[in-house]
Amino acid sequence: MSIFVDKNTRLLVQGITGKEGQFHTRQCVAYGTQVVAGVTPGKAGQKMDNVPVFHTVKDAVKATGANCSMIFVPPPFAADAIMEAADAGVALIVAITEGIPVMDMMRVKNFLAGKPCRLIGPNCPGIITPGECKIGIMPGPIHQPGGPIGVVSRSGTLTYEVVHQLTRQGIGQTTCIGIGGDPVNGTNFIDCLDAFQKDADTSGIVMVGEIGGTAEEEAAEFIQKYVTKPVIGFIAGLTAPPGRRMGHAGAIISGSSGTGQGKIAAMKSCGIAVCEDLGTLGELCAKVFGK
Amino acid sequence: MKIHEYQAKELFKKYSIPIPEGGVAFNISEAQGVAEKLGGYPVVVKAQIHAGGRGKGGGVKLAGSQGEVKTVAGQILGMNLITHQTSPEGRLVKKVLVEQGLNIQKELYLSIIPDRATATVVIIASEAGGMDIEAVAEKTPEKIIKVYINPLVGIQPYHCREVAYGLNLVPETIKPFTALLSRLYALFVDYDCSLVEINPLVITAEQTVIALDGKVNFDDSALFRHKDILAYRDLDEENPLEIEASKYNLNYIALDGNVGNMVNGAGLAMATMDIIKQAGASPANFLDVGGGANAEMVENGFRIILSDKNVKGILINIFGGILRCDILAEGVVQAAKKTGITVPVVVRMEGTNVEEGRRILRESGLNLTTAVDLKDAALKVAAIVKG
Repeated sequence: MSIFVDKNTRLLVQGITGKEGQFHTRQCVAYGTQVVAGVTPGKAGQKMDNVPVFHTVKDAVKATGANCSMIFVPPPFAADAIMEAADAGVALIVAITEGIPVMDMMRVKNFLAGKPCRLIGPNCPGIITPGECKIGIMPGPIHQPGGPIGVVSRSGTLTYEVVHQLTRQGIGQTTCIGIGGDPVNGTNFIDCLDAFQKDADTSGIVMVGEIGGTAEEEAAEFIQKYVTKPVIGFIAGLTAPPGRRMGHAGAIISGSSGTGQGKIAAMKSCGIAVCEDLGTLGELCAKVFGK
Repeated sequence: MKIHEYQAKELFKKYSIPIPEGGVAFNISEAQGVAEKLGGYPVVVKAQIHAGGRGKGGGVKLAGSQGEVKTVAGQILGMNLITHQTSPEGRLVKKVLVEQGLNIQKELYLSIIPDRATATVVIIASEAGGMDIEAVAEKTPEKIIKVYINPLVGIQPYHCREVAYGLNLVPETIKPFTALLSRLYALFVDYDCSLVEINPLVITAEQTVIALDGKVNFDDSALFRHKDILAYRDLDEENPLEIEASKYNLNYIALDGNVGNMVNGAGLAMATMDIIKQAGASPANFLDVGGGANAEMVENGFRIILSDKNVKGILINIFGGILRCDILAEGVVQAAKKTGITVPVVVRMEGTNVEEGRRILRESGLNLTTAVDLKDAALKVAAIVKG
């Protein structure tokens, strides 16, 4: 089992004919993902490799039954692309695009409220259920299919580092999700923790956070109340100076809010095993998850 | 992106938000000229730098005559203004804002920021104006008013009333205040601000409402649609190495340690800084070369790290995914040969094509130390900088 995506997921790609869109679509196809459609306004009737291209998401969904969209549309047009997918009834939207204005994402988030649709990202590596379906830009081979660990993270390459250490310990993954490094995103830690808790094949969770905002603190409280599976937490950015955007738009300490130290304290007080040395995360996972 | 107070007030003026009469001056005689035009003393002379706490640092002074303007402007222009928000060396003051003095009756706090957790725009206001709002929120949270606005609906009259009555305004100031607030909201939205703050917003003895101070920050991701704001950028306020890095789309932040580091991905870059610290050394920078880094970006990153004279060793940490390790190793070798390595370099690579990448480094003839994993890398570079 897995969460949100599996071998039955039917993917469409918005921005499929762009450089990034083409490259990563091919990587997803090579991994075994069912890529059924692409959308680029003005290019309906064309094909990207064997994938048919449509003008609009509605047309693509109608013709192919796509139920998930991966978005590579550039930042000025990305909010529009997300809303188009939601309006077309796409159940899962994975927005890879980095650099969408905060005001645009706040409008999108309010637009999505109450709609039967889940947004992952933006500014994220995507989501992968190893061995079944890869929707995003993460390297497939570092993952180990079969579970039993779920991974949720605000980062990209740091998630790969974590997954790599798990795989090296012989610990497989059910699903790995990058929820994105922006201040306003769709799916949050709590949504993923809740889904992993309910997934029968997931027996433990690794949660990778970073400075900025209060998502980790809220997740820690949720874990204490509702998650019975063991959780290992990691926070990046303990040495980051306040008031500076550390690469990710959302990774910024504002005044006394959003510090790594505060997040680690919150996680510890909620009974989460915190890894304070990334170099030893794999060993800690082996110990806590009993492999 | 940050701008100066006088620039923020230019935007306020554009939105008909009342500000004191005044003007910016780059030297003493200009300051005297502005003061004379204001038609009366005292006037206020305010240092223009991108940092708060200017008053406490001696960067804001009252002048009761033209002679005093000369003295005060002379003291402030050219001073190294040190505040709790500047570096310990302070910031050189190159311009001042000269403004009319006001008969202040009451000082309020007013700001608008995006609330990331609720995806709404939040108005924050308080009767405790002129003070550090974080301290007010901590000690007397009941003095803080917060009103959340759905950006799809925008600000409504009742939002403004909620703030106005919450601030216990007298009847004659309610209308001017609510008008000001809705215009400030428009400014915030129109320009994709990450903060607009007026601290203090003053009520004068004549019952007018005036923005005595002004701070406006912008969402960097939205600057592509605000070309007029880019003209406000003041390179004097930025670190020279960060300006250089921004030319090559490198995410570089200068820090005060001595271990330079280059990483792909922001999260991994932060974690790398942390692990350097845990190994007993201290990072000299944050540098994310991004997932699509090429040889040229690596080379520029190298050059920028080496321009920091504090750097005694460099740690390169790359997790090859889509960006393969062999391509990256080639980039590092080329960069090192072109730039010349003047300090020891430790390289840790993992991921796609890692064996090929390690071979390229080994056979390059360069004096590079390779590390087997992250921990090994941090310990090795820490040992190097400690001598």
